Parts: sequence; C-alpha cells; structure tokens
Amino acid sequence: MGLDIRWPIGLMFTLVGVLLVIEGFIAGPSEKSLGININLWWGLVLLVFGVLMLLGARRDGKKNPPPA
Amino acid sequence: MQPIHLAWVDYAILLAYTAFVIGIGFALRRYLKTSTDFFLSGRSIPAWVTGLAFISANLGALELVGMAASGAKYGIATAHFYWVGAIPAMVFLAVFMMPFYYGSKARSVPEFLKMRFDERVRCVNSISFAVMTVFTSGIALNALAKLLQLLLGWNYNWSLWLCSAVVLLYVFKGGLTSAIYTEVLQFFMIVLGFAPVVWLGLKDVGGWDALKGKLAEVAQNPGALALNDKTFQPDAWTSAWKPLLGGSAHNPMGVDLFAMVFGLGFVLSFGYWCTNFLVVQRAMAAKNMAAARRTPLIAAIPKMLFPAIVILPGMLAVGLALSPGKGYHLPKMEIEAGAYPQAIAAIQAASADPQETPEAAVQAVNSAVGYKMDPAKVEAVIQQNRTSALSQAKLKTELQAAVAENNYDGVIPSLIKKFCPSGLLALALTALFASFMSGMAGNITAFNTVWTYDLYQAYIAPHKDDHHYFRMGQAITVVGVLLGILCAYFAHHYNNAMDVLQLVFGFVNAPIFATFLLGMFWKRTTGTGAFLGLLGGILTSAIFHSLTLATGDAPGLKGGYIEVVKWFPSEMAQNFWLASFSFTACFALTFAISLVTRSMKTDEQLKGLVYSLTPKIKDDEQHFLLRPAVLGTLLIIGCVILNIIFW
Repeated sequence: MGLDIRWPIGLMFTLVGVLLVIEGFIAGPSEKSLGININLWWGLVLLVFGVLMLLGARRDGKKNPPPA
Repeated sequence: MQPIHLAWVDYAILLAYTAFVIGIGFALRRYLKTSTDFFLSGRSIPAWVTGLAFISANLGALELVGMAASGAKYGIATAHFYWVGAIPAMVFLAVFMMPFYYGSKARSVPEFLKMRFDERVRCVNSISFAVMTVFTSGIALNALAKLLQLLLGWNYNWSLWLCSAVVLLYVFKGGLTSAIYTEVLQFFMIVLGFAPVVWLGLKDVGGWDALKGKLAEVAQNPGALALNDKTFQPDAWTSAWKPLLGGSAHNPMGVDLFAMVFGLGFVLSFGYWCTNFLVVQRAMAAKNMAAARRTPLIAAIPKMLFPAIVILPGMLAVGLALSPGKGYHLPKMEIEAGAYPQAIAAIQAASADPQETPEAAVQAVNSAVGYKMDPAKVEAVIQQNRTSALSQAKLKTELQAAVAENNYDGVIPSLIKKFCPSGLLALALTALFASFMSGMAGNITAFNTVWTYDLYQAYIAPHKDDHHYFRMGQAITVVGVLLGILCAYFAHHYNNAMDVLQLVFGFVNAPIFATFLLGMFWKRTTGTGAFLGLLGGILTSAIFHSLTLATGDAPGLKGGYIEVVKWFPSEMAQNFWLASFSFTACFALTFAISLVTRSMKTDEQLKGLVYSLTPKIKDDEQHFLLRPAVLGTLLIIGCVILNIIFW
C-alpha cells in the first residue's frame, strides 16, 4: 500500500509528546503520580518514539519513493 | 465513583488520536479499487504491520479490562492464557496452518472450509461467525459506554454512537487496510498509554518483591478483600504452576492441571488462534507467503510480554488495596438506581421492628440490592436509622458504602483515576479507546468479508461484477456497525439474554479445532464426516453443560438444568472441561464417519489444502532466524523460560 504507516504513527506520537511536555511544564509534578512529573518525562519518551518513527519513514521513503 | 474532570490537554490528546485514525481511513481511500483491496488489503502489507494488527485486533477493551480483573482474582496464573494458551497456538498457526490458508487463496476461513470440505461446513461456520462478530462488538460497545459514563460522566447514548461512528468512518473509507493500519497505531497507543500507569502502580506498592509479600498475605486470607472464601498457600497469587499442581482446591481459579493444559492450552487456544477469522484475516492480508507465516510469530513476541501490562495491574490493585495508607480500595459494585427504594424500605422496616434479627435484616437488604453486603456495616446503618431517622440521600450513600462485592472490571479505570494527572489521564483513556476500537474494527472487517464472500456471494447474489461486491462491502459495514449498536442496547437491557448467547457461541466454538486438525492433516477426512462431527461436537457441548455445574451456582443458565451429574470447583474448570469433551467428541465422530463415507474430492482438488498433498515450502532463501520453524522454536523456548521464572 502506498502509505507508510510510520508517518501517521510518528506524527501522532510527536504531537501527543509535545502536548504532554507542555502540560508537564505548566502543571509541574502531581501528587497523583507520586510527586513525579510524569507528564514531562513520559511526554519526552513519546516524543523520542515519534521522532524515531518519522526518521525511519523518511529514510525508507527516500530509498524508494512512493508512486505519486 | 465520582466522575473525573478532563482538562484542555486531555481533550486535545483525545481529539488528536481521533483525527489520526479517521485521517488514516481517508488517506487510504484512493488506493482502494477492487473488492480484494477492500476485504484483503490486496495482499500487500509487510509482516510487521500485519503482525501488530493481529495482536491488536485480539486485544479488545474487554480483553484488557477482563485480564486485569482475572489478575486481581487469580494472580499470575492468569498468564496461562498467554504462555500456555496463545503462544503455542500462534506458533502452530504460523508453521503448520498458514501455508494452507494463504496458499489456497481462500479469501476467508469459511471459504477455506468450503474448498476443503463442502458447502454445509462453510454454511455453519460462516453464519455462526457472522452473528458472533456482531454480538461481540455490541457487548464491547455497551461495556465501553457504561465505563465512560461511570468514569467521565459522559452520556451513555452519546458515547455509544460517537465511538461507533469513528470506527465506521475509517473502516468504510479504507476497508481492511485502514483497520490494519489503525490497529498498528492502536497497538502502540495501548502499550505506551498503559505502561506508565503500571509503572506508577508498581512504584507505589514498593516494587515487585513488596508486591509478592502483599500477595502472599492476600493468598492466606483472600476473604479480607472479598476475593475468595477459601484460603491458599502464600504463593497462590504469585506462582503460575505450583498452586495448579496442588489440584483444583489449591488455586484460586479452581482448575486442575489437565483442564488447564488440554482444555485451555490445546482445545480453546488452538481453536481461537488458529481458526478465528478475526485474527487469521490479518495474516491473510500479508504480501506473500513468508510474510503471512511470519505474522503470528511477530505477534507472539509482544503477546508474550503483555501480561506485564494487562495482568499485572490487577495484581497491583490487590496489593495496593491491602496496603493501608495508600488510599486505594478495590472498586465495589454500584447499586442500580432502581434497587434503592426496596433496599431503603428493608432498612426502614428493620429499624422499626426491634424484634427482627440482624441476620434477617441483612438478608433482606442483600436480596434487595442484589450484591453481597458487609453485614456489620448494614447493621450499623440500621442502628443509626433507629436512633434518628436518616435522610434518603444519606441512606443511599451508606448502602453503597456497605457493598462488599468487588467490581473487578473497574480495576483498570480505578487505577487510571488514582495515578493519572491531566495529560497522562488522556493518554491512558486513549489507550482504552484504542483497544476498544481495534477490537470493534477487527470484528467489523471480519464480519463484512464473511458476509460478502461467504453468504452474499455464495447464496444470495453470485456472479456479479467486482464493483458490486465492493459496494456491498461498504454497505454491510454500515449495517454491521448499526447491528452492533443494536446489540449494545440489547445487552444494556437484557444482560441475561447476552449470557445465553455467549454460552451458545461457546458450544459452537469448542469443537471447531478438531475439524480443522483432521481436515488439514488427514486427507481421508470427508465433508460429511466434518459436518456431522461438528454438529456432534456442538451437541456434546450442550449436553455436557446441561449435566454439570460449578460450585456456588444455581442450576439454569450456568448449567445443570437437566440434572447435576458432576460438580466443578469453578466455572472456569467447567468451561475447560466442556471444551475438552466437545473437542474429543467432534474428533472421534469426524474420524469414524470419514472412515465409512466416501470423499467427494480428488487428490488433485485437495492439493494445497491437506498436509500430505501439499509440496513443502522451501524456507532456505530466507535468513536463518526468519524461517518460521526457527522463529517458532525460539518463541517456544522464550515461553518455557517465562513459565520457569514464574513457576
């Protein structure tokens, strides 16, 4: 199929990661999450995952460009 | 339970997820040209994608919520569903069965049955499968809408229609490809959404060793948390095999070794993973034979580790509930609004009549509420009401507080509520949505394929052009979702009727693996043998069920309505034994009838459908580690190691 699934996955997790990081900066650590700023840290994890997916899709996309 | 309030960031995340899954459907629309594209993704998808979709389609919301519930009730033994059940069956599917499914060019499992046997076998399988998928999605839909109502205070009807509309949109637009692609996204969403919740839970309870200590306390006195009436060895919640070897009285599941290994591990698991079109369809969509065979194997890798995010939460909940000061309690059943007047009347009658014994009063309240109540708390309410009459609202809160029966399905939501601040909250909720949607889309895509190819094209309108079936697929997708919604409302109002239906599906599914096993590995198996054997197996299930009952159940829906010949220690044991009997009957009947009937198929026709008549696939060109047999062996070794670690 013409669409590399890593594009939407990468984009979505990058976006969600950024949203979580922003929330982490604004709200700070929460008592619920045992005083850990879980939004910030987990947001970073998602961000890294998302960017890796995007990089993978871009690398393979260059190798064999999708039929337009 | 007080509904949780969502913040802007939560809505943003939920919205982003929804936009992406619908977007995938629309992006794929332009690649769909033929009915094969719509129903089988044009057989063009790489193995890692079909593999993750394979696992995701199976991981419906019910599975997620249900496995955590079992984790709380039974502990690590729940992992048998994975390490004894799923993994060996998935390896078997990949190594032995996939060559027939994929190589025969059958477009569905029922169609394979027609090629191998005859029209009758296909008919039984396709109709029961089509009905089952619709009902399964309905039941899941109802469960999700109720959960959202409880957790977020969302309107039941709105949740129901909105969630199904999203699934409908992307399946309608992008067909199976879109379902598979979104399932991959959903797979990552489920894992990355629940992992932090589990991690926080584990950290809060004090790590794995601390959890083991807590669970040892639980095992010795499960009554403290209303988990079980019996008491067990300290390791009953934390070792998978030792309590099982002790016999059915020594493990909280109440299951013996034979039922576990043969009933669950062989009959039920192989029956599900190797013959259920919902999962097999994913592998059939792979781009070539090698990818098709690798699909279940790739799926098995995450599946093997899933207990850590689906079963562990249940164990953590139990551990936390036993730790005072953590502020966590196992969620209790919620009293239905309609049950209050009668329960309040019972309290008031008991307060007005000082002669009534406390036991009788508690009994009256119990039957009015419909759940087990804490006798001491009920008596305290009566006493309070006697000294000064309590208000209706106060009585309601006191009554709810006195409920002693656990709501195990509420474990996952309660953990999300406890550990997730805004932001992470949306991520965990999205994971819940994702698991629901992947399950529902799986059911819908399997349903529309079986309907269009095995019922519509076979019996109603054969010999139409391809475009006609493509349109039919889209139309039936809408119908399927609407039927699912209808079933959800049905389940909402007639819970018992749903139980009956699930029971009947259990009867139909139990023997099916015998039919496939004989059909694929013994060329002498005839259509008549398979058909009558299958019916005999189903009948055996029904008879077995009417003669047996689990301890604590009343004869009727749970079995034993003719006469209770055999008592089982638990419903699970009854179910596993039922499957064992039904399989054996189907196997023996199919075998015997095949010997005395003549096969209608020539060897030439059976080529590619039966093991002995199919040329062996050469895996030599593939990298050594990627060969199905090698990968499968490695997976089995991994599985054995996990079983030993949690022995």
